[in-house]
Amino acid sequence: MFELVIGLEVHAQLNTKTKLFCSCLTSYGSVPNKHTCPVCLGLPGALPKVNKAAVSKALKLATAIDATKNNNSIFERKNYFYPDSPVGYQISQLERPIVEFGEIKIKDKENSDKIIRINRAHLEVDAGKSTHFNGYSLIDLNRAGTPLLEIVTEPDFSNSTEVGNYLKKLQSIVRYLDIGNANMEEGSFRCDVNISIRPLGSKELFTRVEIKNMNSIKFIEKAIAYEFDRQVEAWEDNTYETQVRQETRLFNTDTLQTKSMRSKEDANDYRYFPDPDLLEITIPRNMIEESNVIPEMPDKKVERYTNEYKLNKEEAERIVQDITLNTSFEYLIEQGAKPKTALTWLVVELVGRLNKRHTNIKDSSITMETLSALISNIESKNISSSSGKVILDYLFDNEDRDIEVIIKKLNLKQINNDDLIIDILNDLIKSNPDMVNEYKAGKKKVIGSFVGQIMKKTNGQANPQRASELVLEKLK
Amino acid sequence: MRTTLEQSLKLSKEELKELNVSIDKKSSSTSFGGYVEQLKKIPLKKLDRLGIPIAIKDNINVSSWEMNCGSKMLDGYISPYNATVINNLKKNGFVPFGVTNMDELAMGSTTDTSIHGRTTNPHNVECVPGGSSGGSASVVASGHAIAALGSDTGGSIRQPAAFCGVVGFKPSYGHVSRYGLSAYSSSLDQIGPITQNVTDAAILYDAIKGYDDLDSTSCNIEFKSTYKNLNKTEKYTIGIVKEYVEQCEPDLKEDIYKSIEKLKSDGHTIKEIELFDTKIAISSYYIMATAEASSNLARLDGVRYGYRYDNPKDLEEMYVKSRSVGFGKEVKRRIMLGTFVLSSGYYDAYYKKSKEIQKYVKSKFKETFNSCDLILMPVAPTTAFKFDTELSPLEMYLNDIFTISINIAGLPGMSIPIGKDSNGLPTALQFISKEQDEQKIFNCGLNLEELVNYQSDIINEGDI
Repeated sequence: MFELVIGLEVHAQLNTKTKLFCSCLTSYGSVPNKHTCPVCLGLPGALPKVNKAAVSKALKLATAIDATKNNNSIFERKNYFYPDSPVGYQISQLERPIVEFGEIKIKDKENSDKIIRINRAHLEVDAGKSTHFNGYSLIDLNRAGTPLLEIVTEPDFSNSTEVGNYLKKLQSIVRYLDIGNANMEEGSFRCDVNISIRPLGSKELFTRVEIKNMNSIKFIEKAIAYEFDRQVEAWEDNTYETQVRQETRLFNTDTLQTKSMRSKEDANDYRYFPDPDLLEITIPRNMIEESNVIPEMPDKKVERYTNEYKLNKEEAERIVQDITLNTSFEYLIEQGAKPKTALTWLVVELVGRLNKRHTNIKDSSITMETLSALISNIESKNISSSSGKVILDYLFDNEDRDIEVIIKKLNLKQINNDDLIIDILNDLIKSNPDMVNEYKAGKKKVIGSFVGQIMKKTNGQANPQRASELVLEKLK
Repeated sequence: MRTTLEQSLKLSKEELKELNVSIDKKSSSTSFGGYVEQLKKIPLKKLDRLGIPIAIKDNINVSSWEMNCGSKMLDGYISPYNATVINNLKKNGFVPFGVTNMDELAMGSTTDTSIHGRTTNPHNVECVPGGSSGGSASVVASGHAIAALGSDTGGSIRQPAAFCGVVGFKPSYGHVSRYGLSAYSSSLDQIGPITQNVTDAAILYDAIKGYDDLDSTSCNIEFKSTYKNLNKTEKYTIGIVKEYVEQCEPDLKEDIYKSIEKLKSDGHTIKEIELFDTKIAISSYYIMATAEASSNLARLDGVRYGYRYDNPKDLEEMYVKSRSVGFGKEVKRRIMLGTFVLSSGYYDAYYKKSKEIQKYVKSKFKETFNSCDLILMPVAPTTAFKFDTELSPLEMYLNDIFTISINIAGLPGMSIPIGKDSNGLPTALQFISKEQDEQKIFNCGLNLEELVNYQSDIINEGDI
């Protein structure tokens, strides 16, 4: 029996306005090489200058993961030649990274809490992009110099579920901190996976293989599964020494296999040395203090929702996982909605309908202002919840958004007038004596039928709760 | 009489215009090869704006000018931006005028390794002008420029100034912005003035110095005017490293001792001091400088600008062939040395140790400046030598023994001409101070200048 030992390196792009070492804008989809200057083009004589905003974002992560903020951290040059690396080296951090020794709590396979230790998080620049065609290569340096935060874990993962949970957790932390968009598909959240195996119970670390530049959790899981099988097979066939070497492998998304890219022997000698163009990063006191103030993190939110809002843990986690959903939820609460009502109308009713239409809350035509108005009409018993659902469906098919007007238009105002309901009920009792008898014989279900008929006769405008109370009273 | 920088400050618009025209004209008719344009046989580069013309070394970016650093590797590179010093010059009424020749990528002490050809010493065209800022020193010495900018990584301003009989000042590290200076060794490079006299050096230094937000290694301190505070009557305690002076050629040695005597009789206190074996500074320098150069020059790869080998079969060949053909012998030697000392397994033995030596050199200077204001020492062991003197690379490196420790320590140093040797070649010495005492160098330099009364006897087809 074997177990997996996995460590992760995540490259999270920071959402600073400008690049890490010059004042060019960090933006996408522009004309190639539009956002460049002497510094990020690597012209002779141009010098880098640290973007304070990137440093401050790195420090915020440190606060969120309870890590050490290193003063006097240094930038080093990692020397290698590639056309999309304009100066011939990557400015990164090796000896003294800005952030060290943190931890992130995740769920393990059994859904219990597990701590993943963060070894370090350091700042470095992203490279440009190369496009190859017809024997030529085109270089776009718009991305060159964009700040990356490389977040490195200890080898603390034992399976791909944990890896997936960690990545989702880290994504949400990055997003809640507003230090990056953590979007894997866009490439602003890239993952290198270090995998080794060992006999179950062993504490030893064996040869690790690095799978580079993964940008989908699904594929990461597949790559881990493939590597595990490959390494175990090699171990059992006594070919471990030759088949599992310290090397970089690439994952092929078509074959779902990993393939050797380069072995350690032909790896670059990066000749790291402190960048003489940059001084040690001395962090002013006020910057440290500012970085201590961060938005409420996902774990804290779950705690608050369960304690204060009395949501159960699954509900709380559901509403925290996705930051857009959470912002919407908090908005509804702010507007006076009760947490449970907000949760139901947002997650079950609205998101449920959005999912059916293959869209999401970001692209939804129904804004939170509209949903909030709808919820407030339901909570003030102005309309019944079944009318609420009718209105929600109506909103999907129509463009008018004034809830009050829609209520009038669809004639959905709830009847809270007991006399009217009692009149209808009396008629119903009179014309359905057998139902009354059934109830008296113990068939409690009958109440529902009465309420249903009341709702029908009032076009759904009767308050169903009140109606049911009145039925009970009458049948006593 | 030549027009000095100080005199040119008082010129009218018309007179300035005349001056510019006259320099332009003369530069096309002489053959010291101090200007790249002379070697290329094209008119001197100038910015449209009228001002006091300053010659610019070929490794400082001037917007819209071609900059080659004397290397084929930068063939055709037209700079799209101004170095901070160029903007500073313009702000102060000066205008870049002419590109001065240099050793390829500032690596050398002869100005004989430029792709454009050699620059000669105006005192004797068979002799080297020194380097790497040999073009700047030569044009000032020969009267083809009022003043010039050079850069000094291990002596590249002071040594050519000494060989050509002009004043060269290497400022404290961080006092002049390096933004726009093509980097050789980032932690040692400084831009500085090469001028006809000490006063001019103060004027030009004032124009270019100051904190620059674009250069992280720039000193954020208050800068006072050196020119306005010139005072040649101040008396100082001057430390002499006799051991260094003794290593010089006889004529040069004699001139230095004479200067020391003159300073003594003028009221300065002379004190014999000991520093350190110059050998340690040499080895530390050639590790640090080449390590940084190997990385700094990686951007010269033929991908975005400059020379690229034609029709390479793949990316690797493009890199290898472009750089093999584009760089000269000395540059390749230093890139390889620098790459070696940074490689894994050797980093601690070489680069790290050189940084320790740097600390030692700094502390030794600091200690010395507790008991004296200035240190006086030779600039080079010899006066200008002949071209094609057979020297091994190591012998060549020994030329810098007195200049490089000042770069390693980040200190300011000024080379001042003091006489002529028996071959009629200029002799010189240098003053060194601590970072905050640059003014003392200028004051004492001005005093010495008067005491030795050095006169250049280069006469050209009509002086400027």
